[in-house]
Amino acid sequence: MDDIPPYPPIDPTTFDLIVIGTGLPESIIAAAASTASKSVLHLDPNPFYGSHFSSLPLADLPSFLSTHSTSPSSPRPHSSEDSNEFSVLDLSTRPLYSSIDISCFSPDLLDQNSRKFNLDVAGPRVFFCADKSIELILNTGANQYMEFKSIDATFVGDNKGNLLNVPDSRAAIFKDKSMGLKEKNQLMRFFKLVQGHLAGELDVKISDEDLQSPFVDFLNKMGLPPKIKSFILYAIAMADYDQEDTGVCRDLLKTKDGIDQLALYNASIGRFQNASGALLYPIYGQGELSQAFCRRAAVKGCIYVLRMPVTALLVDKDSGCYKGVRLASGQDIFSQKLILDPTFKVTLPSGSSPPPPLQAKLPFFSQKDDRGKIARGICITATSLKPDMSNFLVVYPPRSLFPEQATSIRLLQIASNLAVCPPGMFVLYISALCDGDDQGKKLIHAVMNTLLTVPPINSESNAAVQSETTESGKPTLLWSALYNQDLTLGQVDFICSTPMPDGKLNNDYLIDVAVKLFKKIYPEDEFFPQTSSENPEDDGDGDVSPET
Amino acid sequence: MHGRPRKAPKPEDEAASTAKAQKLRALQTQFFSFHHSKIYTKETVELSAKLLEINPESYTAWNYRKLAVEHYLSQPDCNPDTAKSVLDDELRVVESALRQNFKSYGAWHHRKWVLSKGHSSIDHELRLLDKFQKADFRNFHAWNYRRFVAELMNRSEKDELKYTEDMIYTNFSNYSAWHNRSVLLSALLEKKAEGFLSKENVLPEEYDFIHQAIFTDPDDQSGWFYHLWLLDQTVTTDHPLLVSTWPAHGSDVLLVEDRCQNSSSFSPFTTLLSDSGSFPIVLYFNQPVEGVSSSTVVMECRFNKNEDLLWEPLSVSNLQTAQVWVAHLKFPTSELDSSVKISVGYTKEIISTRGSLYSHPSTFSFKVHVQPVERDSSQVSVAENILWREENFKVYRAQSEESIPIASFDHLSIRNDHESTASNWQTEALAKEVECFRELLSLMDCKIGKLTLARLLMAYDAMSFPFANKLVHSEEVLELYNDLMKLDPTHHRYYKDEHSLVLLQKMTSSKESLLQHCFQYKDSVSSAIGKPICLRLNNLSLSRIRAFERLLWVQILDLSHNELESIEGLEAMQLLSRLSLGNNKLRSLTALEPLRKLKSLRVLDISYNQIGDHSIDTTRYLCSSPLSHSVGSELNNDESVINNVALINYWEAFYMFKDLNLNRLDIVGNTIADEKFKSVLVRIMPSLKRLDGELLD
Repeated sequence: MDDIPPYPPIDPTTFDLIVIGTGLPESIIAAAASTASKSVLHLDPNPFYGSHFSSLPLADLPSFLSTHSTSPSSPRPHSSEDSNEFSVLDLSTRPLYSSIDISCFSPDLLDQNSRKFNLDVAGPRVFFCADKSIELILNTGANQYMEFKSIDATFVGDNKGNLLNVPDSRAAIFKDKSMGLKEKNQLMRFFKLVQGHLAGELDVKISDEDLQSPFVDFLNKMGLPPKIKSFILYAIAMADYDQEDTGVCRDLLKTKDGIDQLALYNASIGRFQNASGALLYPIYGQGELSQAFCRRAAVKGCIYVLRMPVTALLVDKDSGCYKGVRLASGQDIFSQKLILDPTFKVTLPSGSSPPPPLQAKLPFFSQKDDRGKIARGICITATSLKPDMSNFLVVYPPRSLFPEQATSIRLLQIASNLAVCPPGMFVLYISALCDGDDQGKKLIHAVMNTLLTVPPINSESNAAVQSETTESGKPTLLWSALYNQDLTLGQVDFICSTPMPDGKLNNDYLIDVAVKLFKKIYPEDEFFPQTSSENPEDDGDGDVSPET
Repeated sequence: MHGRPRKAPKPEDEAASTAKAQKLRALQTQFFSFHHSKIYTKETVELSAKLLEINPESYTAWNYRKLAVEHYLSQPDCNPDTAKSVLDDELRVVESALRQNFKSYGAWHHRKWVLSKGHSSIDHELRLLDKFQKADFRNFHAWNYRRFVAELMNRSEKDELKYTEDMIYTNFSNYSAWHNRSVLLSALLEKKAEGFLSKENVLPEEYDFIHQAIFTDPDDQSGWFYHLWLLDQTVTTDHPLLVSTWPAHGSDVLLVEDRCQNSSSFSPFTTLLSDSGSFPIVLYFNQPVEGVSSSTVVMECRFNKNEDLLWEPLSVSNLQTAQVWVAHLKFPTSELDSSVKISVGYTKEIISTRGSLYSHPSTFSFKVHVQPVERDSSQVSVAENILWREENFKVYRAQSEESIPIASFDHLSIRNDHESTASNWQTEALAKEVECFRELLSLMDCKIGKLTLARLLMAYDAMSFPFANKLVHSEEVLELYNDLMKLDPTHHRYYKDEHSLVLLQKMTSSKESLLQHCFQYKDSVSSAIGKPICLRLNNLSLSRIRAFERLLWVQILDLSHNELESIEGLEAMQLLSRLSLGNNKLRSLTALEPLRKLKSLRVLDISYNQIGDHSIDTTRYLCSSPLSHSVGSELNNDESVINNVALINYWEAFYMFKDLNLNRLDIVGNTIADEKFKSVLVRIMPSLKRLDGELLD
C-alpha cells in the first residue's frame, strides 16, 4: 500500500454514483446503476476485483486477510484539511478478520504453484441452479462472462469420518445404499407432500398452522426418523443452528421457510441438462461472479479504477450532506450517491468539529451492527476426501462432531477441474457460524481432525509430509488458512454500505441487500429491467448451464 | 415426451399447418405418379425423401424407397461401394425423418431393413441410439431398435443389462428399461451364462433392486410390473407336472349302469353311474400341454387295449393344447374286478406351451368294479327329477373308513415324485417378499401393495405346502381382497373374482372343509350309501370358479345363487351329470360353452340368469361363432334337422345345446326364454324330457 504508483487524474470528476469496493453487492449495484443509465465510478483499493468476495492466489490471501485484520496505526497525513465548501471526513478501515492462522506443511510444492490457486476468501459458497443469483446472472447476461460446473454430491458427515450421501432427489433416494427401504419410503413421501403442497394440490395442502410452526416440529409430526430429519434440516434446507435445541438456536426455521428451501432445492435439480445435482460452482472460483457484474457494468459505461484507495468523504459544511470522495491520489471526485464497502468506517476529523447535522448521524454509522462471526478455513490436500469424486459438499449438522457444536459446519471440496488449484490438488472450504474466535477455531479444527491428517507443527521440512495419505487413509494437510470473519450487515443510512459475505451457502441474501440498496438510492429506477433485445441469442435457459 | 401439457394451437400455427398440408398434398400427388410408373431416378427418389422429411409416417414412401434401393442394387454395375453409398443415403433419410418424429414406426422399420442388408456400419447406430434415448429415455421405439442392433452386432447381454441398470438409475420410471431387463435376464438364464446359472442366484438380487424402486415411489407402475414378472419367475415351474387325475391313484371305482342297490362297501365319491358303457380318465396338468396320446400315456388293463384309448384335449378353443386331457375307457357289461395302471410321460413328448418337456414320469393305478344290475324305471326318474331345493339335501356324514378322493391326494405317489422340484429358495424368497410388503403396508395405504401381498401370500401357501394343501393365509388374503373392493371400486370386479377363487381354493383345500359342502340328495327309497355326493357351493357370492383339480370326482354340483358371469374351466369336471347354475349372472348362451365338453351332463338348471338381457353379448367375440370355420361346417350339416326354424336367430342356442344330451333343462327367468325359444330348444334337443319342470311328450 505504501508504494502507490502515480495516478493519472480521473476525468470527468462528477458522477451520479461512486461505488467503492468491488465485492459482490457493490458490483451488482454498479451494474444495475449503469444499466439504468447512471454515470458510475467504481473504485477498489486492491489490484483485483472482488474485495471480500474475491478468489486469490495462494500467496496473496494471507496478506489480504492481514491487511483487513488491523486498524491502520495512524490517520493519513494529507486528508484532514477542510476546504471552503465541505468538510473532510477521514475514512479508515475496520478490522474484519481475526485470529488468522496460516500453516504451511509443504512450502516447496505450494510455492511453485502459488499462482495456480484461486482461493475464495468467502468460501464455502455455491449456487443453487434455481436461486436468485442464477436468475440474476441469466437476466443480466452476466452468464457470458462465466462458466459453471455441477457439484457432484452432498454428504452428511459424522465424527468417525464417514460421509453419507444425501438423497436429495427421487433418483438419488432410489440409488442410495445407506438408507433402509422404510426410510426411502418416508423420505420420498415427504418430498411428494412438499411437491404436492407447492403445486397447490388441495388434498395435500399443509395447514397454515403447520406452516407457522417450527420446521423441526413439522418433520417430527410427519414421523421422520432422526437421520432423515437431519438430512432435510441441515443438508437440504441448510439450517445454520441446532433446530432441536431452542436454547442455542438463534434462527429457528419455520415450516414455511423450510418448504421454500426444499422448493428451491427441488427446482434446482434437473434445471440444466448438464448439471446433475442442485448445486453449481463457477470455474476459476467465486471471485468470477463479482468480476462478471463489473464487466457487465463496464459494458454499460461504468468507469473502473483499481488500486485506488479512497481516503476521505467530502460532506457539505452546512447541511452535512454527502458531496464526494477524496482519492489517495489527492483528487476530489463528486457524485450524487455513494456506495461504500464494509471495510470502511468514518472517523471524525481531529481538531475540527463536523457540521451539526453530521454529529447526530455519525455515531450510528460508525457503530456497525455486530452480528457475530463466521469461522472460515481453507485447506489444501493432494488427495480427495472421497475417492472417485472431485467436487462435493459435506454438511456436519449441529452436535454431529462434538456435543457442544451448536451450528452446522459446511465443507466444500473443489478440485482442479474447476481451475481453483493445480492438477492433483484439492481445496477444502470450511465454515461455521460462531460467537467468538475460540469457538470458531474449535469448529473448524473439529472437521479438520475428523477428515485430515494434520502434520505436527515442527515437521515443516519433513519430507514424509509430502506423501499423499498417511496410514489412516486420511488426506494429509498441505496448507491451511483459518480465520474468523465479522458478519457486518449492509446499511441504508446516511451512507449506504454493503454487507460482508454472510454465513449462508449461496448469495441470495447478498442479492436481496443489493436490490434494497439500489432501491434506496434510485427509488424511481427499475433494477435490471427485462430487455429481451439485448441478448437475442440468450433465451434465458441453457446458456448458463455448466460446461459438460 | 412425458408430462408436457397440450397447448391449444395459435391462429398462426393453424395457418402454417394449412400451408404445410397444401405443400404436402402437392408432393404426395407427384410422388404417387412416380411410384405408379416405377420411376427410380435420382430426382424422384429425392422427392420421396422430401416427402418423408415432412411426414415420416408416409409408409408408402418408405416402401417406394425400398423398391428403389432394390432397383439400384440389382443393376449390373452395382458394386459393394455403390451399394454402401445407396444404403448410407437411406440411413440419412431415416435420421432426418426421426428428427421430425422420433416415434415414427415407418422410419424405425426402414432403418432396420437397411441395416439388415449388411452394408452399413453398426457402430454409428449405438451412438444414434444414445442420442435418441437421451432425448427420451422411455422411447420404446428406440429400445426396440436397440435390441435389434445389439443382436446384430452381437453385443453381450451382460453389457446390455448394465445399460438398463444405468438407465434405471437415471430414472426408474422407465417401463422400457425394466422390460428390457426382464428380456435380457430371461435370455441369460436360458443360456446359463456365467453368473446366471439359475434363478436362485439371480432373482433374489433382482427383488432387492426392485424394492428400492417400489419403496421409493409406490405410485410408479413400472416397478410393480417388474415385480410381477419376478413373482411369475419365482412361482412358475418350468416343467409341466401332473396335478391330479380321475380316477385318483389307489381308488376303487364302482361302475354301474344305474344306481346300485347293494353296493354298501363303496364310497359315494367313487361310484359312477354310467349309461354309455365307458368312463372318463382325466389328466389334470399344472399348465397347458400338448402331445398327450396313447404313446405318451400308457394304460394297462385286462379289458381294454392302450391303443384304443383316444386322448382328447379339453379346451374350449380347438387347439391341440390343453391343461386337462380326457380319454374314455370302455368297460365290459359283465361283472368285473380289475386294476388299471396308467403311466404318464415315460416317452418324452409331452411339452408345455412354453416348450418345456414333461420330465417327471409318473404312474397311477386304480381298481375298477363293474356291476351290471337290472333296471328299475321308477328310480331312474328320481335321478332326473332332482330339485335344487334346500330341504332336499342333507349334510353328508362320511363313514370313518371311507376313502375320499380328496383325502387321498396326500399320498398320491405322482405328487411325491415331484417333491424335489420345489426348492427352498423359492419359499425363502416369497417369505422375504411377504415380510417386505407387510412393512410397506405398515407405512402407508397402498392398493397395489395390498394386491401384491395377497398374490404373494397365495403363492407362498402354494409353494410351501404343495402337498399338504393347506392354505394358512387364506383368511388374510380374503380380507385383503375385501379391503380392496372397498378401496378401489373401479376394479371391484377383478378383486371379486380373485376373492372367489381364493375362497374356492380354501374350501377345497382340505378334506374337512370340503366335507362341509358335501350333501346327499334326500331320497326315501334307498340308503345313502352308494349314491353320488352332491357338492353344494351355492350362496357364496362367487363370481368365478376354479380349483377344478380337486373337484374332478364331482357328479352333482350346485352353484346356484352366486354371481357367476363365467364358468370357464368347468369342462374339466367330466363326471358332472347334474348341474345347477340357477340365480347367477350369466349373460349369454356363449358363456355356457364349457358345458359342451361335458358329455355326461343330463340335468341342467340355468334359470334366473341374465341371458338375453343384454343385446350385445360381449363374450361372443371371444368364443366360436358361426363365422368361424369350425362352427359353420357343423351348422351346414345339421341344417335339415331344424329347417323350419329361423336358425339365423338362434344359432347360439343351436350351437350350445345340440350336442348336449340333456334330459332336463330349466331356463325360466331369462329374457331369452320365451315360448318360441323354448320350442326351438325342444327341437334342438330330442333327448329333453322336461323343460322348466314341464314334462314333454
